[in-house]
This record gives sequence, structure tokens and C-alpha cells, in this order.
Amino acid sequence: MMELTDKNFQKEVLEETEIPVFIDLYADWCGPCKMAAPVIEKLAEEYAGKMKFAKLDVDKNPHLAQKYHVMSIPTVIIFQRGEEIKRMTGFPGKEGYQKLIEEILG
Amino acid sequence: MNDLIIVGAGPAGLSASIYASRYKLKNVVIGKLIGGTMTLAHKVENIPGFLSIAGLDWAQKVGEQVKNLGVEILGENVGRIEKAATGFKVMTESEKELEGKTLIIATGTERRKLKIPGEKEYLGKGVSYCTTCDAPFFRDKRVALIGGADAAVAGAVHTAEFAQKVFIIYRRDQLRAEPIWLEEWQKTETTDKGKTIYNTNITEILGDGDRVTGVKLDQAYQGKDTLELDGVFIEAGGVPATSLLTPLGVKLTEPGYVQVTELMETNLPGLFAAGDITDKSAVLVQAVTAMAQGAIAAASAYKYLKGEKAPQILGTEENSKKQAT
Repeated sequence: MMELTDKNFQKEVLEETEIPVFIDLYADWCGPCKMAAPVIEKLAEEYAGKMKFAKLDVDKNPHLAQKYHVMSIPTVIIFQRGEEIKRMTGFPGKEGYQKLIEEILG
Repeated sequence: MNDLIIVGAGPAGLSASIYASRYKLKNVVIGKLIGGTMTLAHKVENIPGFLSIAGLDWAQKVGEQVKNLGVEILGENVGRIEKAATGFKVMTESEKELEGKTLIIATGTERRKLKIPGEKEYLGKGVSYCTTCDAPFFRDKRVALIGGADAAVAGAVHTAEFAQKVFIIYRRDQLRAEPIWLEEWQKTETTDKGKTIYNTNITEILGDGDRVTGVKLDQAYQGKDTLELDGVFIEAGGVPATSLLTPLGVKLTEPGYVQVTELMETNLPGLFAAGDITDKSAVLVQAVTAMAQGAIAAASAYKYLKGEKAPQILGTEENSKKQAT
């Protein structure tokens, strides 16, 4: 899955106009994040072509975490045409993420 | 058809699976978080065999042990449990259907919510239920832990590694964590960094719309009934996760725990319970006791299926007698 940084965030997220972007905000110190990671990898395969999946290490990219007021992880944010449209904090399990995605893809 | 379905992948469920596998019972574990509540512990130092280990690392090791015995762990929640002619039918949230002759329920507890204004609104904006996950976001900030047992005090010690000031706000007049954690916290309190506010509840979490700015107290602290804060960690214990069991008619105690015998039997034949969800866990809410209960539940499932006691190394007549009395 694509790793986002200060450098590619603009291009890969904000300038992505074709499909929504699902971002997994995580850090190595966070237990539930490690549980969420393989689930999100799987969703990335299932929704390939319909939604872009990327992850953002908040420890390595504190500016982005601050900019989007992320104070709790795991958090996922979904962007569409450069705008945040959905956000979920905590690990809801695969179905929880699926529900969130389906709300957008319908 | 499984001999045994284990619902819950925390210490009790995983331990039950290890024992069941070694009894050659075909079993499966269902639970979205391998390790359960243990995954939230930043440092565990009371599990025999490990001087010091992160809860998550420990959980992964136990998960590996379970899988190594040939058992699948389905990483999802259970949506429904039904009684079937030959035992139990379990539907997962993704509508996978499983059948088992026996079932162990080990779904533990859900985090207790304070149910006060601001708690929901500011989740992820300063309100958190996981110090391990979120303490690093509060570098040089002011934070409060709500609660006074192990998780709150251990969490406060961990948070103090990052924050500028850490409060514990507790409704009682004395903290009731493990003495070893209390000692750590007292060290923090001797510096200007830590402070416990006793006999106090928070009645509202305040914010500016974007983030937490403080809490409202039911007792004035330093002459004020509000306390300025950047973050609030809620560690007010758990409530037993029994929603799956009510439709089955499983007997619960008054506070909502599953009533079990010494052998972890519920009132339904073939249905066992283990870990934090049981009334027996009240004695000591720890991973090590949950694991012991899981092992006993697996042995009881064996006995139920085979009509004889599970084999054990010290299964002498004298021991059986002891158990009978």
C-alpha cells in the first residue's frame, strides 16, 4: 500500500480527482493500528480501482497529523476531490470499514 | 462441524483454544482483536515468563501459538448466536455461518463510557480510550486520566513520558491500582508533572468545536469548577459484553456478568464462559486468571463432549476427590 509523506500528499491525495482516497493513519506504537493494517490491506485489494488506499505514519509526518487535527489512532480519513468526506476513529473491524466505504461507493 | 467454537480472541479465548487443540477438539476462534484488551497495555510485567513485554507483542505470540496448533482465528465480530439441534450456530458480521457442538464465550468487557456531554463529540479530538495509542499526541500538553484502577494509573505513568502535566481525576478518595504502579505514579507526583484529584467526577468535556479545551468538575479544584486540558483519557473500567447472550437466555448476575460454576459452565448445557465476562473474574481481573478460566472451560467442553474428564498430568484419584468436594 502506498506510504504517504509531506512530499507526496498533495499529489496523491489532494490532486486525486478520479476516485476517493482512503487513508489509514497509524504509528508503530499503536496496537489496534497493527490489527487494522492487514484488514485495510485486504480492503485495498477488494476495492482496487474503485478507491485508492494509502497509509500515513503520524510519527514520521507530525505536520500532516496536526494539520488534519488527528489526536487519536487508528483513524481513517477518506478524501474525495481533495476534500475530507469521512472520518472514523478506533478499529471497527472489517465490516466497520466496509460500511464506511459503501456509504461512499453505494 | 466444530467440536468447539470460541467467541472472543483475548487471553481467555486464546488459552481455551490452546487447551482444546491439545485435547484434539476441532475448534475455531472468532474475534476481531487478537489479544483483546491486552493489546492496549503499553507494558506488561506480571505475565510469568516475560520480564517486560508490550501487550500487543505478547498477544501476537499467543496468537501464533494458537495458529501453530492448526486453528483458524477469524478476525471479525460475531453477529448472532443461536441454539441448534446439535449445539450452537454462530453467524459472524460478514454472515459467515459456523456450527459447533459446544461454545465458549470469552468476549470480555467493553470500555465503560462516562455518558457525559462532550464525550462522543470530542472522540478523536482530545478524548481517547487508549493511552498506548494516543499519549504521544499530547507532547508538552495538559492531559487528564479519568479513573483510578490499574489502567488509569499505568496510563497516567505512560502519558507523563510525553505530556507536560498529567492529572488523575478519580471519584473515590484512594487510587486502587497495583502497588507497583502506584509507586511509579507517586514518583511522578513528587515532580510538578503529576497530580491526583480525588473525590471528583467530571460532568462535561468542554471544547471549542475542533478540540478539547477542558472538563467541568463536580467539586471545585483550586477554587474552580473547570480544569483546562488538551486531552482526556477515559479509563473507567469495563462493562461485560453480553449482548450476544441475552437472546439465548444465559443467566447473568445483577451487574451483568455471566454466571458460571467453578467449571466455567453457564446455565445452558454445552455453553461455557471464561475471562472478564464471567462473575468469577471479579476476584482478579487479570490476563493470567482469564487464561486459567479459558483452560478450565476447554477441559469442561472436553468432558461435555466425551463424557469423561479431560486428561491431566496430576489426574490422580485424590485430585478428583478434591474437585468433587
